[in-house]
Amino acid sequence: MSTSELSPVVPQLKAVRRRWGEDVIKGLLALCALVSVATTVGIVVALFIPAIEFFREVSLWDYLTGTEWTALFSEPSFGVLPLVAGTVLVTFVAVLVCAPFGLGAAIYLSEYAHERARSILKPTLEVLAGIPTVVFGYFALTFVTPLLQDVGFKVGPFSALSAALVMGIMLIPTVASVSEDAMSAVPRDLRQGAYALGSTRMQVSTRIVVPAAISGIIASFVLAISRAVGETMIVLIAAGGQPNLTLNPTEAVQTMTAFIAATAQGDVATGTTAYKTIFAVGATLFVMTLVMNMISIRLVRRFREVYE
Amino acid sequence: MPGALGGGGTRRSGYLSGLVFHGFLLFSLAIGIVTLGALLVTVFLEGWRFVDAVLLFEPPSADPAIAGAEPAILATIFLGVLLIVLTVPIGVGTAVYLEEYADRERWYNRWLEINIQNLAAVPSIVYGILGLAFLVRGLGLGRVLLAGALILTLLVLPTVIIAAREAIRAVPGSIREGAYALGATKWQVVWRQVLPGAAPGIATGSILALSRALGETAPLLLVGALTYVSFNPTLLGDFTALPVQIFQYITRPQEEFRGVAAGAIIVLLVILLMLNSVAIWVRNRYQRKW
Repeated sequence: MSTSELSPVVPQLKAVRRRWGEDVIKGLLALCALVSVATTVGIVVALFIPAIEFFREVSLWDYLTGTEWTALFSEPSFGVLPLVAGTVLVTFVAVLVCAPFGLGAAIYLSEYAHERARSILKPTLEVLAGIPTVVFGYFALTFVTPLLQDVGFKVGPFSALSAALVMGIMLIPTVASVSEDAMSAVPRDLRQGAYALGSTRMQVSTRIVVPAAISGIIASFVLAISRAVGETMIVLIAAGGQPNLTLNPTEAVQTMTAFIAATAQGDVATGTTAYKTIFAVGATLFVMTLVMNMISIRLVRRFREVYE
Repeated sequence: MPGALGGGGTRRSGYLSGLVFHGFLLFSLAIGIVTLGALLVTVFLEGWRFVDAVLLFEPPSADPAIAGAEPAILATIFLGVLLIVLTVPIGVGTAVYLEEYADRERWYNRWLEINIQNLAAVPSIVYGILGLAFLVRGLGLGRVLLAGALILTLLVLPTVIIAAREAIRAVPGSIREGAYALGATKWQVVWRQVLPGAAPGIATGSILALSRALGETAPLLLVGALTYVSFNPTLLGDFTALPVQIFQYITRPQEEFRGVAAGAIIVLLVILLMLNSVAIWVRNRYQRKW
């Protein structure tokens, strides 16, 4: 008996006729997905075309190495370093706050807290992440700055320190939740093995869980840095409005984001070099955060691959 | 035997360092919660006297005694409605495409996923620049409410997509297979089985994204929400939103406006609290365990 005699009974799995409506629906859904592609293209075009025009008028070298930023003066100088220094200073202090305390909160929630305590503490901490940043700015200005003055810091009404401390506390839930996700992905066997050898809870936390979850923890730090660099309202309200090339946190500084917000509010005429600075600084900011996001996404993927 | 894991010292010093460590962890957690408490108390003490009919039903003014925020409150409500109408269909559509239709092996679908993850972490002020360049000046829309709504839509779209994808992924495959076995087409499976199953998760995620968007200030500053607006908002008119009004009051030189700002913060926090409560209620009431 040859196979050709058997083949006719194989059932037909293909649809009898093509359903065009189904194709139209798939097309419409893909169109929705295209909105986010268009957003990215839009951001790149909106930032980089005026930025390139800007760099025709101001040399890239002067921009990156200049120590004076007076974009809106009649004889402007476009050295971005004071703005970068302001951003780096605020970010550094903020990360100094959110990295250790965010990690500490994550270790407590993941390794120490009982189920009931966790179910109350975690949402409470996350309320902090839901407060609008303009409210944190208000808090920095009216509560933290006077508090710093009371305890003896020589800060004026505006200071990098006040803004950075509030930003750091605001970022604690971000660090805590990403780190805790990484820690809960560490297999139980590793912990139980260590406990069986007589380890204390602290030893299990610091020598087993944290090293095993390290790429996720670093990803949470990178994410926090990227948020701090891109944060606008707190620094706009509490850090001051003058570009200042300094690494002293008690002074007032202007960050890149605060410059963009402050400049775009005023009626700067379209097409002038001053108007284009918004885009040049915006492009610098975008590139910085993009690089950090890519690092963070890579790191998060890595720890997921190891334990699944 | 602590030595086995490299824990040095005697049993007593191990116990002590354990205590110190435990104390540090508790402090880490406390600092956030104490700050939250201090923030709420400060705002309430400064602002409760200003939460009255003047704040809710009067336009802003140069005199703190009669300065209100009615146009800003209305604009924030308008923005909220527009955001739901714009983000939910596009966000859910994208999520359905990625979860149910897209072939993961294709480079463009993988690229799309990375693109969305990246967009979720772009600083909000960059979206403001996008709005300034394309909507306000490029399209010539001007500094209007619609421009603000569109820019906030793009800003929260990645968040909505990510939440909707998680909700769709939580619907078990057996539900889809059962529907296919009964002869349903792909769209019938999605529309009648997957989406109803994922609806509570999508609703919760969308409301949380909305509450984040309504607290945003920076991108709105760039699309021109800082103008002095004493009339109630329309779709294609000048506007100012509640967070922007708060910022405006904070930055005024007279000290009295700090109190008005705190009053407006209370109104904003109450609006966000209501949204979050609805989200939690939806999750607890309708979320299914499969």
